[in-house]
Amino acid sequence: MSEDLNRERDGEAFVLRVEGLTRYFDVSPPWLNRVIERTGKRIVRAVDGVDFAIRKGETFSLVGESGCGKSTVARLISGLYEPSAGAMHFGRRGDSGEKLRVQMIFQDPYASLNPRWRVADIVAEPIRVYNLCPDAASRRRRVGELLEQVGLSASDGEKFPHEFSGGQRQRISIARALAGEPDFLVCDEPTSALDVSVQAQILNLMKDLQREYGLTYLFISHDLAVVYHISTTVGVMYLGRLVEWAEKKTLFSDPRHPYTRMLLAAIPDLGMSGKPRTPVAGEVPSPINPPPGCAFHPRCPFAEERCRREVPQMRSVGGRYVSCHGVEEGRIPDEDALVPMNGERQ
Amino acid sequence: MNGMENNVAAPVADTAPALLEVRSLRVEFPTRRGTLVAVDDVSFSLRAGEILGVVGESGAGKSMTGTAIIGLLEPPGRIAGGEILLEGRRIDNLDYERMRRIRGKEIGAIFQDPLTSLNPLYTVGRQLVETIRTHLTMTEAQARRHALDMLKEVGIPAAEERIDHYPHQFSGGMRQRVVIALALCAGPKLVIADEPTTALDVSIQAQIITLLKRLCRDHGTAVMLVTHDMGVIAEAADRVAVMYAGRLVEIGPAQAVIRDAHHPYTRGLMGSIPTIGRDVERLEQIDGSMPRLDAIPPGCAFNPRCRQRFGRCEREKPSLIGQGDRAVACWLHEQGEGAS
Ligand SMILES: Nc1ncnc2c1ncn2[C@@H]1O[C@H](COP(=O)(O)OP(=O)(O)OP(=O)(O)O)[C@@H](O)[C@H]1O
Ligand SMILES: Nc1ncnc2c1ncn2[C@@H]1O[C@H](COP(=O)(O)OP(=O)(O)OP(=O)(O)O)[C@@H](O)[C@H]1O
Ligand code: SF4
Ligand SMILES: [Mg+2]
Ligand SMILES: [Mg+2]
Repeated sequence: MSEDLNRERDGEAFVLRVEGLTRYFDVSPPWLNRVIERTGKRIVRAVDGVDFAIRKGETFSLVGESGCGKSTVARLISGLYEPSAGAMHFGRRGDSGEKLRVQMIFQDPYASLNPRWRVADIVAEPIRVYNLCPDAASRRRRVGELLEQVGLSASDGEKFPHEFSGGQRQRISIARALAGEPDFLVCDEPTSALDVSVQAQILNLMKDLQREYGLTYLFISHDLAVVYHISTTVGVMYLGRLVEWAEKKTLFSDPRHPYTRMLLAAIPDLGMSGKPRTPVAGEVPSPINPPPGCAFHPRCPFAEERCRREVPQMRSVGGRYVSCHGVEEGRIPDEDALVPMNGERQ
Repeated sequence: MNGMENNVAAPVADTAPALLEVRSLRVEFPTRRGTLVAVDDVSFSLRAGEILGVVGESGAGKSMTGTAIIGLLEPPGRIAGGEILLEGRRIDNLDYERMRRIRGKEIGAIFQDPLTSLNPLYTVGRQLVETIRTHLTMTEAQARRHALDMLKEVGIPAAEERIDHYPHQFSGGMRQRVVIALALCAGPKLVIADEPTTALDVSIQAQIITLLKRLCRDHGTAVMLVTHDMGVIAEAADRVAVMYAGRLVEIGPAQAVIRDAHHPYTRGLMGSIPTIGRDVERLEQIDGSMPRLDAIPPGCAFNPRCRQRFGRCEREKPSLIGQGDRAVACWLHEQGEGAS
């Protein structure tokens, strides 16, 4: 599939191309217990052979139920975890040939900020790491600029994280991430702990920064409306695998994978199309013993014999990538657009 | 079902008497640096079978209002003013023992984290039977049958087997179903649900909200549904109450408030929520943040963030003024002149 993917998206500047990205976690009880209890190893397949590509300046979002592996992908890309298998090809910075700079923003802005450091020192850390300012005075000036850029004031640098609200703390983590002059920001649920009004402030800031600096984002959220708002491209994960990815409008208006359809039908709808939402049936199975074949088959209304046996491969279908035998065989019925897009589809 | 009132959903008519009435409720926290007012002059009512959504930023006083109603305010927090009436009887001044009997029997509670409502040491069946027998006169066997019915009703598969399992053996979504069964098993007239789905996946959220809605319709139970999720309100609530800095700033039919909010805060809140299918480059943004309780500005608490404020807003506190089925606390709407 990756060949196919490369061909279709050839000529575009990729910031990142991921092939067969895999990460297993060994959660076995200690060896002795295993011998006594006669149990085998327990391996969590948190991420299991994921392929995708992210273009420069776009926002690629990952969605899916809790435990499907979104954060693990984020941590692999940020270098916090080593992959068990697969490859990540990063683009280069401009013509310099230097490796792309990746920074990460986490869900809980408090846990990720050292409570004993002043805000100025927190923000200055990546500057020191990359040696971006020659002396203390220019570093201080740069920190002040960064704080102002994220809507705080330079004097806030003297304070400690606990003196700020949740939204302000998330601004501090964004300032810190920007301090490293990143090309690529990995944002794992950056607004999930925030109120909607504060979330709007952060999302607006992220979009402004992207426009200004051509930043690329990998964005993770369980809120599909937020994902719709911020994304260029969206990937849907299920039990460690990517089951569908496409441009946002394509994905939201014409999803093909039965799981994507289920997920979208379950969204509470503020737009009030008057459509009752259809709850997703069943719950996510364990990634320790994922079902064979298509991992979604126990919950899928279209599952057939082949689905229980053979792992579906990702294929390009009408401008999107889907891994589903039913879609490949053309036996998933068309659906009305789940979400009416502005004037485009009714 | 035994012991559960089988009255069909009472139509929510304007003439129906209030099941719950909260009048000028005030909740205070005495601290060394002065008294904090967490809930300030809050009044609203709920009719049988009605779902009232309560929204507002973190710290606005939503949970405190709910906790005051079920009589579980933790000292030093206390009700410092106002009245709470359930079917016309005051319940805010009852002693602990009488309030305990009302909880569970007349008012059920569902909290965000199912683990706080479940005892990890007992099977879910044991906990249900105990609650049922505390509130309803039933033999052990009857209570167990009723518990089983409840588990089936909330959609626990293989309930006959699951009834003897411990809470940790259930997934998050299933556990929240058990909590709902526990809250509803004695047939309460009112349920306080404080962010019942916040800890759950979107996909499971839909299941839980649909379930809660159906059960309340079937049994005529009224629900006060506290949530951050406007989508949930749009879908489940008949009316919505918006809180800001301890006060109720707007209340009205959910659809009307979502489509055409009157209070500038509510309007900002609605504009700041992204919607699927709506393409905007930037979301509407309310600058600043809600004041802390020890720094609530004089006048309208929202005034420092309000783009429409005028002189009076900085001096006088607006109170909730009704117009038909809606009410708003904002000087722009003083004589019912719509401002937009
Ligand atoms: N360090 C680890 N050790 C063992 N298992 C792990 C580890 N990190 C993640 N897992 C497991 O891998 C799976 C994927 O986890 P991950 O955190 O990536 O999911 P997620 O999609 O981010 O979920 P959520 O929406 O809840 O944040 C889960 O089953 C999780 O328990
Ligand atoms: N023990 C306490 N002492 C002093 N103030 C308290 C105490 N407990 C809560 N408060 C304050 O009371 C106010 C109302 O809190 P409440 O829990 O009702 O907010 P909420 O609207 O439910 O917020 P959230 O959406 O975060 O749950 C908050 O400002 C909080 O800081
Ligand atoms: S591969 Fe089969 S089981 Fe999986 S989603 Fe497609 S049709 Fe359903
Ligand atoms: Mg995660
Ligand atoms: Mg609360």
